[in-house]
Amino acid sequence: MTLSYTRADFQTDQEVRWCPGCGDYTILASVQQFLAGLGRPREEFVFVSGIGCSSRFPYYMNTYGMHSIHGRAPAIATGIAATRPDLSVWVITGDGDALSIGGNHLIHALRRNVNIKILLFNNQIYGLTKGQYSPTSEMGKTTKSSPFGSIDHPFNPVSLALGAEATFVARTLDMDRNLTQAVLQKAYEHEGTSFIEIYQNCNVFNDKAFIQLTGKEERVHNRIDLEHGKPIVFDEGRKAVIMRDGQATIVDAASVDPKAILVHDETRPDPSIAFALSRLSHGPFGPTPLGVFRNVSRPTYESEMSRQLEEAKEKRGPGDLGKLIRSLGTWTVDEAGAITEN
Amino acid sequence: MIRFAGDSGDGMQLAGSRFTDASALFGNDLATLPSFPAEIRAPAGTLPGVSSFQVQIADFDILTAGDAPDCLVAMNPAALKKNLKDLRDGGTLIINRDAFDERNLAKAGFDTNPLEDGTLKGYRVIEVPMDELTTLAVKDTGVSGRDVLRSKNFFALGLMAWLFSRPTQPTLDWIDKKFARNPAVAAANAAAFKAGFNFGETTEATRTTFEVKPATLPEGTYTNITGNTALAWGLIAASQKSGLPLFYGTYPITPASDILHELSRHKNFGVRTLQAEDEIAGIGTAIGAAFAGSLAVTGSSGPGIALKSEAISLAFMLELPLLVINVQRGGPSTGLPTKPEQSDLLFSLYGRHGESPIPVLAIASASDAFYMAIEAARIAVKYMTPVLLLSDNYIANGSEPWKLPDLDSIPEIEVEFAKHPNGPDGKFLPYMRDFDTFSRPWAVPGTPGLEHRVGGLEKEAITGNVSYDPANHQLMVDSRAWKVANIANDVPEVEVEGDEDAELLVLGWGSTYGANRAAARRARLEGVKVATAHLRYLNPLPRNLGDVLRRFPKVLIPELNTGQLLKHLRSEYLIDATGLNKVMGEPFKVAEITAKIMEMTK
Ligand code: SF4
Repeated sequence: MTLSYTRADFQTDQEVRWCPGCGDYTILASVQQFLAGLGRPREEFVFVSGIGCSSRFPYYMNTYGMHSIHGRAPAIATGIAATRPDLSVWVITGDGDALSIGGNHLIHALRRNVNIKILLFNNQIYGLTKGQYSPTSEMGKTTKSSPFGSIDHPFNPVSLALGAEATFVARTLDMDRNLTQAVLQKAYEHEGTSFIEIYQNCNVFNDKAFIQLTGKEERVHNRIDLEHGKPIVFDEGRKAVIMRDGQATIVDAASVDPKAILVHDETRPDPSIAFALSRLSHGPFGPTPLGVFRNVSRPTYESEMSRQLEEAKEKRGPGDLGKLIRSLGTWTVDEAGAITEN
Repeated sequence: MIRFAGDSGDGMQLAGSRFTDASALFGNDLATLPSFPAEIRAPAGTLPGVSSFQVQIADFDILTAGDAPDCLVAMNPAALKKNLKDLRDGGTLIINRDAFDERNLAKAGFDTNPLEDGTLKGYRVIEVPMDELTTLAVKDTGVSGRDVLRSKNFFALGLMAWLFSRPTQPTLDWIDKKFARNPAVAAANAAAFKAGFNFGETTEATRTTFEVKPATLPEGTYTNITGNTALAWGLIAASQKSGLPLFYGTYPITPASDILHELSRHKNFGVRTLQAEDEIAGIGTAIGAAFAGSLAVTGSSGPGIALKSEAISLAFMLELPLLVINVQRGGPSTGLPTKPEQSDLLFSLYGRHGESPIPVLAIASASDAFYMAIEAARIAVKYMTPVLLLSDNYIANGSEPWKLPDLDSIPEIEVEFAKHPNGPDGKFLPYMRDFDTFSRPWAVPGTPGLEHRVGGLEKEAITGNVSYDPANHQLMVDSRAWKVANIANDVPEVEVEGDEDAELLVLGWGSTYGANRAAARRARLEGVKVATAHLRYLNPLPRNLGDVLRRFPKVLIPELNTGQLLKHLRSEYLIDATGLNKVMGEPFKVAEITAKIMEMTK
């Protein structure tokens, strides 16, 4: 059934309570607009979140939703998706929620390939608790809890997801609604776990963290837009990416044979080259790839689970409780107390 | 009562459970107590490596696995050393003489050979060269090398079958079936079993045999069942009775894993099992499944329940139905993973952040697990709340004959998902409470018009919107507590058994059920008036409990902890009761409770 919705159909009557100017607003609008465009019945969507600024998201989506506990959204979403393959299940999480307290659930959801869509809002800071460094904050970052600079080496979320053999991995920017729409479309169509890192500006505690990718001047030089089937060039054709000694390397486009330029193929079964691309940047501080890194197919967890259930029913017939409780062997005691083995 | 003891590689659990089944088929009432090392492969021949299986068989209704064995099978010196102290005076000892060489004696810490130094005076000792006789027996069956002595446990089993006049055919049939894929092993085991039986029949050493006549059990069809299996079947029954698909999200942990193993076999019942990445994900997936409309269950033991604590509070806050099973073991921390204890009671009642008084139920015996699983499910879905169901390692791994119920007589569990908006202007109000149960509607995703959000933040009454309003928080805390307290009106009153005019009431919960009743029976034989009562509902407590407690001048509460129910009842009823407490990783001996009853009624 295709329904005609507008963005307003996916809005709730709850006042949105993020700080004015927060990148979360743009992402919320993008997602609402995207879902409206699908025409899929609203009641088939479930949004599950953990804890953090971004995790308020489900309250603002007029779908089914759960604002759960810190880090556990992927596990809860797994339970929903595993038992209800008819639903479209989304996880909204942040860098602290997904990569720190919930790191275990994230990697296991990715490896199981449960059909859930994970949107990780990465603002590289703890916003809700008012400004501590996060697992994606850069080394040396001065925050309330790291007055002398952070000594924690940060995660690269895309590398982490690829390392866990996620079947769909992408990165987008809060500000770039076109890219976000395109990535959401592919993520939605993908059967299995889709992991999308969204660079999200926290204008209160970590403003302009992504300026190299969003600033008018800077973005021209730093955005590496990955397009399936196309050679990876950026900076208005001046720079290109090639593979050298097993690493993705940025070179002057003019200095190499055009045939040597890496052609992006998001469907490569082996994740190594996608991983190499993810290593081009260690945070949004210079040239950084955006778009879909990997999009491959592997059976989903719930399809395998359903298959086993169907096969069991075919082989053994529907469950018969009376038979089950007799399955370990029984004996009967008659009125006189005599016993016969059955 | 018989105990099989040997090295954990000697197959004692198999021999013991086979002996149990043969006895059940013979019509004895029985109760078992397996005991095995926490280490999967403790070094052979050493004390930590000893594994044992105890079974009590009788021609009367028995309630526990027994106190002191009458007969001990010791397959090596370590098994003898560890178990001899329990054997009753004059008891029968069956010893594998071949294992008593210098090396094994040293490993077990014997300076001199107990077979020769008089240690065993006062017992009836039957020394059997089991290695040698087993080797001879299996020589033509095609097994070779290390496999030869693997059949030793069947030799022991055969000897016991003779000694206790068990029929042999059921075991021989069972061997054929069990080892059908490996005919050589089947033949070897059968040969060893017969050799053991024949050894008993021909040897001079075993002149007297025991005869335990069939018990007169009430008419009916029986099976022999452990608590974990009964619990798993009860969950499946609850799924059928409610029409809700069963989901079990969990993480492996001793002694709860067998519930997962059992459930994962029954996919044709539509059972979905998910072995999660950790305990928290186990309950997390279950909460998701509950939100999406399954009969959702998670299970663990103490350490795992601790990890689930935050999520249990979430389920309580969301007001979603969820079963949380705790198969208790000795704690704290890793504690005694393979031993029973009842030390998670206060943790179950109070061990959550915030005001989270969830219902707590406790299973009384192996077969009771079937019914309590159904009851816990009924309460969870009717009242939209997580329910904690307590078992322990004695219930989980012990077995008893279970008179199979008429399944049709078990009531359906009524579940009605919300289908239509319940508020003005077609609005759905997810926290509008039912007038009788005070529970909120269960609206599952996929239902048009009922889109709503739930969450851990405090919710406004009726609408479920986030609310930080002080009066609303008070109202919601009170509402949730009241909802659970009100369940007392929907569960049976506690029943008193025995002498109504007794001076002493023995009150129990969980696996002390059998021991308490047996002890009271023994005391009555001594002329003492005593009553017993047993709690299956620990929160809310049965509504008549206060009256019952006040009716008896003295109350004794035996518990496998340091006095947790006692403390709870004192705080609830200002009742002075006496505790009988032990935490030794084993159930109560009936004699221990009897002695306390005698002392208190002197
Ligand atoms: S603290 Fe930062 S991330 Fe949180 S709402 Fe405010 S701007 Fe957004």
